[in-house]
Amino acid sequence: MSGDAHHAADGAAHGTLRGYLTGFGLSVVLTAIPFWLVMARPLAASHTAILIVGFAVLQILVHVVYFLHMNRRSEGGWTMIALIFTLIVVAIAMSGSTWVMYHLNTNMMPPHEMRSVP
Amino acid sequence: MAAPSELSPIFGRLTLDALPLHEPILVVTFLVVAALGTLLLGAITWFRLWGYLWKEWFTSVDHKKIGVMYMVLGIIMLLRGFSDAIMMRLQQAIAFNGSEGYLPPHHYDQVFSAHGVIMIFFVAMPLVTGIMNFVVPLQIGARDVSFPFLNNFSFWMTTGGAILVMTSLFVGEFAKTGWLAYPPLSGTTYSPDVGVDYYIWGLQVAGIGTTLSGINLICTIIKLRAPGMSLMKMPIFTWTALCTNVLIVATFPVLTAVLALLALDRYVGMNFFTTELGGNPMMYVNLIWIWGHPEVYILILPLFGVYSEVTSTFSGKRLFGYTSMVYATVVITILSYLVWLHHFFTMGSGASVNSFFAITTMVISIPTGAKLFNWLFTMYRGRIRFELPMMWTIAFMLTFVVGGMTGVLLAVPPADFVLHNSLFLVAHFHNVIIGGVLFGLFAAINYWFPKAFGFKLDRFWGLVSFWCWVVGFWLAFMPLYILGLMGVTRRMRVFDDPSLQIFFVIAGFGVAVIFVGIMALLIQIGVSIRNRARLRDATGDPWNGRTLEWSTTSPPPEYNFAFTPIIHDLDAWYDMKRRGQEQPMSGFRPIPMPRNTGAGVFLAAFATVCGFALIWQIWWLVAASFIAALVTAIGHTFDYDRSHRIPAETVAATEALRTRALAAAE
Amino acid sequence: MTSETVTTQAAPLRFYDVEEHEHPEGGSTMLGFWIYLMSDCLIFAILFACFAVLGGNYAAGPSPRDLFDLPQVALSTAMLLFSSITFGFAMLSMQAGRRGATQGWLVVTALFGLAFLGMELREFAHLISIGATPQRSAFLSAFFTLVGTHGLHVTFGLVWIATMIAQVGRHGLIPANQRRLMCLSLFWHFLDIIWIGVFTFVYLMGMLR
Repeated sequence: MSGDAHHAADGAAHGTLRGYLTGFGLSVVLTAIPFWLVMARPLAASHTAILIVGFAVLQILVHVVYFLHMNRRSEGGWTMIALIFTLIVVAIAMSGSTWVMYHLNTNMMPPHEMRSVP
Repeated sequence: MAAPSELSPIFGRLTLDALPLHEPILVVTFLVVAALGTLLLGAITWFRLWGYLWKEWFTSVDHKKIGVMYMVLGIIMLLRGFSDAIMMRLQQAIAFNGSEGYLPPHHYDQVFSAHGVIMIFFVAMPLVTGIMNFVVPLQIGARDVSFPFLNNFSFWMTTGGAILVMTSLFVGEFAKTGWLAYPPLSGTTYSPDVGVDYYIWGLQVAGIGTTLSGINLICTIIKLRAPGMSLMKMPIFTWTALCTNVLIVATFPVLTAVLALLALDRYVGMNFFTTELGGNPMMYVNLIWIWGHPEVYILILPLFGVYSEVTSTFSGKRLFGYTSMVYATVVITILSYLVWLHHFFTMGSGASVNSFFAITTMVISIPTGAKLFNWLFTMYRGRIRFELPMMWTIAFMLTFVVGGMTGVLLAVPPADFVLHNSLFLVAHFHNVIIGGVLFGLFAAINYWFPKAFGFKLDRFWGLVSFWCWVVGFWLAFMPLYILGLMGVTRRMRVFDDPSLQIFFVIAGFGVAVIFVGIMALLIQIGVSIRNRARLRDATGDPWNGRTLEWSTTSPPPEYNFAFTPIIHDLDAWYDMKRRGQEQPMSGFRPIPMPRNTGAGVFLAAFATVCGFALIWQIWWLVAASFIAALVTAIGHTFDYDRSHRIPAETVAATEALRTRALAAAE
Repeated sequence: MTSETVTTQAAPLRFYDVEEHEHPEGGSTMLGFWIYLMSDCLIFAILFACFAVLGGNYAAGPSPRDLFDLPQVALSTAMLLFSSITFGFAMLSMQAGRRGATQGWLVVTALFGLAFLGMELREFAHLISIGATPQRSAFLSAFFTLVGTHGLHVTFGLVWIATMIAQVGRHGLIPANQRRLMCLSLFWHFLDIIWIGVFTFVYLMGMLR
């Protein structure tokens, strides 16, 4: 994987009309369902929350594959490594912050809206 | 000084009161700086150097020159940051028995804040970036970095940030909040003045440069390695540089975001980190340490690489445990994201959170320890040459171990509850930053200086500097460990207990010794320039080096390598020497190289002006400089012709000179 | 590792590349831009983290249910989605070497982007007019900053699209411009991905709180 192995913009996997249309179609569906779930409320709030997060993750995957043309080969695999590393850091920063701050709030501060005070 | 209640439409908050005319210390400092500055600028004008500097240096996109400029910036800022240190030590050594010392509170608070900010962001960062910039392309057999223009721009953004922080000395004031500017102290209620704004915008401007430079070096290492150099044949310094730049790109955006949020609190009146309307100051502490902890590994990792190169070169042996060294570096890179809470165990998030971060902190010392053993085994049965870089490395090993162990001690939450915010902590992080980062930088400067300029650094003054730094460091910081264990907290201006004074006096002597060390470093450079003929190295390989940077001339030609080397072994240059391989003497080809451009200088200048205008809330200037920067940036993208060719004849002539010099040296 | 595999015991090792081909310019650009996007992603991660931690602190002020208008959000989401597919068409035209069509689709994309931005600004103006200002509570600070930062990125995307339309007009679809368009495409689709996070975590989850 030395420097000279790469020529031109080999990393840019090109999209096709079919790919874009598939991605678009899937995105429309994956956007519409969560909006409908929240606006019409056919399910309990907790179930809805889990479902819409699931749809968001799916739609992000659809965008990454069909619009960003991500694959394991582009740029010798470095874009994929960069993406995975970023996702790990993002996960650490977001989950860590919420975990840490949640603990802090439970331990140190009176509940904000006084709801759990007996 | 009180902030004027009304904004002038033309000057914003800026009034004549912002000039510290009533502060004798600052007036004297200003006069000295102005005198020296006039002298310097006058000398440049007298010797007609402006054109040369502008064409050959300021607008240069050559990674070697940019690297050198980073080093110059770092050393200048070291003098500023160190004078802050002297002021603090002096204040603390005399402020006993009812004496108030000589620094009033608002000045003292600025001094310790500026000391931390400058030493981390404008001394350690530029020096580390400078070394990486200079060495990495040479080590991987490349002709420049991936984005040469961006490299120049990054440098000037870092400089712009430094200029903003320096401006605070004479126009307005700096933050009085400590180097991380925790809210609510840094909020508008307690810091209504421009100090924190200088802090925010100085770091934002410099931070953009740092992030871009990180992206640039990652791409360089991934894309521009010489043929044959697989990842596991990369020199270890390049590996550590790669990991450091990954850390830079994956943490500096966090700093940018956090400071932007603080700025929104201060400028717009939002409530992220305030104590009212749902804001939470601890969120700031949490977020800034998500950047802050990886930052210390950003600083130390490249120096681990330097120590590895130096140990291997001066022991005359291949690095022991190269593979484990690489894995240790990668593991540290990942783990450094999992330890940030150990900086605020005491905030009270509970036992489970604290234990998790305590354990990760202790775990991270394992790969670091592994590295130390690798260096020791590299030295074991080697024929060690005690040249200056090697001496710094040995001093590092002895000093850093102590710093590392006190770090593990601080990682134990119950111990941290006692030692938090004490001078023990101050001693610990100076122990690892001076003993690790700074000693490494001096090793690197002594090691690669002949490559950059073609002559070695003077040994005698180098030794003086070395011994003063090492002895001075121990004198200055061991008393702080003791004081910290006795419970003395950091950032104190006056003391009540006279029995403590002796420790501060010893620490003060230590700083005086370090001062001699810094002066000796400057003298060393000066003496070496004067004696450059005698110290000249014509071979390009003064230390019998092992990696590619030693295969080319000192200083290297603009294009670094007339022919791109092909790599077959980890220590590529050592391998070539062993097999008697020499560079071909004919068949040179024209080499395309990037063209110099002033766009980076202008862009960074507009960004700096924009930062200044934001600090003083001169809104028309904010808009004007922002638009100017945007127009310059877009204008620059319309320039499609950014490279020029070095003709084959020029390459041939340059290489012929080198051949003659080599022959004369033998 | 191409050059390594050709070396065998028999053939003499080469240590200098005497027949070096010139590297095409811009070989690192796509990777570099991708890494920039990753760093941008982290900025958004911090803003999302702030929203996650502070988003429930209404300070006795308005909550998402009082403020958000989901049909409007659905409409602006649609605008952004349309702009994504039209940018895709621009890229397809570029691959086919059709300069005018590329510029045309870029204009269409920019119009959808403008529509999205206009709706966002109208929402902000409405919220501020009813007293739900960024200063009102930590929730609103986090909301305005997160959504506003996304909007700011869209604004820069629009400036960039305008620049690219001009540059394609001046120089045609030369390799440098193709590379820039591919970067812009990454940027635009990246903003779309961020928006998925925004409408899910800010608007939809907000309505569930």
